[in-house]
Amino acid sequence: MADLRTSFAGIRSPNPFWLASAPPTDKAYNVARAFKAGWGGVVWKTLGEDPPIVNTASRYGAVSYNGARIAGFSNIELITDRPLQLNLDEIKAIKRDWPDRAVVVSLMVPCAEQSWQRILALVEATGCDGVELNFGCPHGMSEREMGSAVGQVPAYVEMVTRWCKQHTRLPVIVKLTPNVTDILAPAAAAQRGGADGVSLINTVQSITGVDLDLMAPEPVVDGKGTHGGYCGPAVKPIALRMVAEIARAMPDLPLSGIGGIATWRDAAEFIALGAQNIQVCTAAMHHGFKIVDDMIDGLSNWLDAKGYQSVAAVHGRAVANFVHWHDLNLNYRIVARIDQSLCIKCGLCHIGCEDTSHQAIAALRVDGQRRYEVIDAACVGCNLCYLACPVEGCITMVKQESSAGVLTWEHHPNNPLRQEPVA
Amino acid sequence: MREIGDIEAGRLDAASLAANFADAHPPLTPAQAVVESNRCYFCYDAPCVEACPTGIDIPGFIRKIGTGNRRGSAQTILEANIFGGSCARVCPTEELCEQACVHTAQEGKPIQIGALQRHAVDWLMAHGIPAFTRAAPTGRRVAVVGAGPAGLACAHALALQGHDVTMLEARPKPGGLNEYGIAAYKVPDEYAQREIAFILSIGGIDIEYGKALGRDITLDSLRQEFDAVFLGMGQSAVKALDLAGETLHGVRDAIDFIAELRQSPKAMVAVGRRVVVIGGGNTAIDAATQARLLGSEDVTIVYRRGPEHMAATDKEQAWAQTHDVRLRHWAAPVRLISGTGAHGQDVAGVEFVRTMLDAGGRLALTPHRFVLPADMVLKAIGQSLAPGSVGEMPVIRDGRIVVDADRRTSLPNVYAGGDCIAGADLTVVAVQDGKLAAAAIHRELSGGM
Repeated sequence: MADLRTSFAGIRSPNPFWLASAPPTDKAYNVARAFKAGWGGVVWKTLGEDPPIVNTASRYGAVSYNGARIAGFSNIELITDRPLQLNLDEIKAIKRDWPDRAVVVSLMVPCAEQSWQRILALVEATGCDGVELNFGCPHGMSEREMGSAVGQVPAYVEMVTRWCKQHTRLPVIVKLTPNVTDILAPAAAAQRGGADGVSLINTVQSITGVDLDLMAPEPVVDGKGTHGGYCGPAVKPIALRMVAEIARAMPDLPLSGIGGIATWRDAAEFIALGAQNIQVCTAAMHHGFKIVDDMIDGLSNWLDAKGYQSVAAVHGRAVANFVHWHDLNLNYRIVARIDQSLCIKCGLCHIGCEDTSHQAIAALRVDGQRRYEVIDAACVGCNLCYLACPVEGCITMVKQESSAGVLTWEHHPNNPLRQEPVA
Repeated sequence: MREIGDIEAGRLDAASLAANFADAHPPLTPAQAVVESNRCYFCYDAPCVEACPTGIDIPGFIRKIGTGNRRGSAQTILEANIFGGSCARVCPTEELCEQACVHTAQEGKPIQIGALQRHAVDWLMAHGIPAFTRAAPTGRRVAVVGAGPAGLACAHALALQGHDVTMLEARPKPGGLNEYGIAAYKVPDEYAQREIAFILSIGGIDIEYGKALGRDITLDSLRQEFDAVFLGMGQSAVKALDLAGETLHGVRDAIDFIAELRQSPKAMVAVGRRVVVIGGGNTAIDAATQARLLGSEDVTIVYRRGPEHMAATDKEQAWAQTHDVRLRHWAAPVRLISGTGAHGQDVAGVEFVRTMLDAGGRLALTPHRFVLPADMVLKAIGQSLAPGSVGEMPVIRDGRIVVDADRRTSLPNVYAGGDCIAGADLTVVAVQDGKLAAAAIHRELSGGM
């Protein structure tokens, strides 16, 4: 059995699966249910100063795709709408009852040192394991110059992080917003401010859809809508890229991966790209806390099957292979191969290639039967047919042996700025 | 219970009859339809389209269901097949589109194309949305003989182009086999008539009932009066067993039994306690299954060849079997046994001889015989063309009118389609015949364009 225990920013948990700061972690009732189900840790839904904020009805929107009800999810909910003291009392009780689980508290207060100082003292008294600074929330709070309004300005990120490090002995995690052009800037600012780790991504500013009868953006609140924060399976690729960017540029900065994680496989991918642990929200909101059961033993079984002793053994293993485009080998050749015995004659390989790509798959009739064949000379090895084919294993991309060595753009003859190979 | 000639109506109570004759395959809910439509791969050069005799753009209409464009979906279906609603219900999809579906090859579970087609067309009809607008009247007149699927498909396509159509129908109602020859549970709730009303709402189609070719009208007179004639009178004569005793009480044509079931309250339809159905097509299946649903104790279909030779599909055979109809293969009737019963000379049973294929692959009789007792014997061994005396007729071969690819007969301006020409005797094939003939007639009437 592989060791699933993980440590992120100095905070230990029995497994890498945490619930992100969000509705599932708003109260002791939910968090106790989550721990009972097996989650390794939670980041408590963001606390703010009293009086509490007020939430709307409705709050959520979703993108359904091909029958998947929630392929993408968005919310316009704000931070906790419960009194501060109630949350503090519950956090204290939960940590007392579940000492082996990670309990981190998310915070968002006005951008003034005394505000942060005051709340940090209160939170520290609960016995929690750390704080996460919510610099990510992209709606509602940002208009009040909190949340992503801070996260989008590296100087503010650094400043607030530094205040927090000065006013608490707890580990300080900075949660980053993806609503920036360069994720490295706020990550570096957090590191300069002394952060013990960063977590990302928070939600992406979005409108999930438009109600074409009401002519209003969704989710609709009394005939009007506002932009929300997008999350769920659809944002996973965006999150993976940002996590990997930071892992590559700042190998010493601990990372907690967030964004569309629903399975152990998703988690393994984030960990391979540099995350110490991962946080989940949408998948739990869609299916309940029980999903962690498969996440735990799925990850464990995979680690065992691959011969990895621990989660830590996988950490960052794919980072070295995340390179810049100009470091890719331009001499590498693959072509599509169709296993005719598996082909069901849907023609999707042909039509995609024919209409939109390289006309490299011929649509033939042999004795009246449909037959799709790759034209090797025209195939550029783009993967489109392989991706479109609905039959597992029917189309494979096969490496073409070549005597040509590695050739990157740096040395390519078409590159006007190429560097001559060293003799 | 009588030993011989036990035939009576009302074997089951009203609630049982209502349940037995309810929709055989209930419609998809909107949510089910969307989920099912999302399974479709939207194939290029889709095999299902090629397998549809009317060439409906199946991936196209299914995608439209998935996007919520049900009106467009129904339009796509009806443009290719104006009987899309009843074909969705009665087509042997397991041998046509759904057999060809790539999901059948992939996992043996095709897209439910028939059910999705029904979903879209039912939606359009339920909303009373007209699918088509008629072109300006051309003043050209076409006669269509027989208001079955072939004739109505032809009439609709011609009316759409602005031609005036006069239909001549022998029966008191339109629909042909859709109205008289298909099991009630396949098209419940007067579906056949509602669909025809929808089709006729295009305008320009006049139907004269009680007019049979050869009895009330001649082809010569139609050719003189109209610019073109389409023959779609089907196969109105029923083949006989050619055995002594066919006139015994209790021996009847399965097709008449099916028609009675469609035209009368179920509680009024008399059925034997023990029923033997002779034949191997859908008529045999529909008659036998409905006999069971009316309350027959014991129903057997006897067919002279094997299950693989039956015209009824595997699915139809299984359908009968799940309704406790016994199928016996490789046996041919040789004698109808009579007995003295309630009606004087009643049928008491059928003697069969076992059959086999000889070395040359021909059907041969064996010395082995057996008897099945029966109160009712339903003959379902096929039908034939019954033109009567009509004057000059087009060339007929093997009992079917000979046509070319445009469904043109040997006579100028006379076309034919449906069961009176060669080809599979399916509603969907009849619709395609009518559609092709209408296109050819329209080209002809528009000056050969």
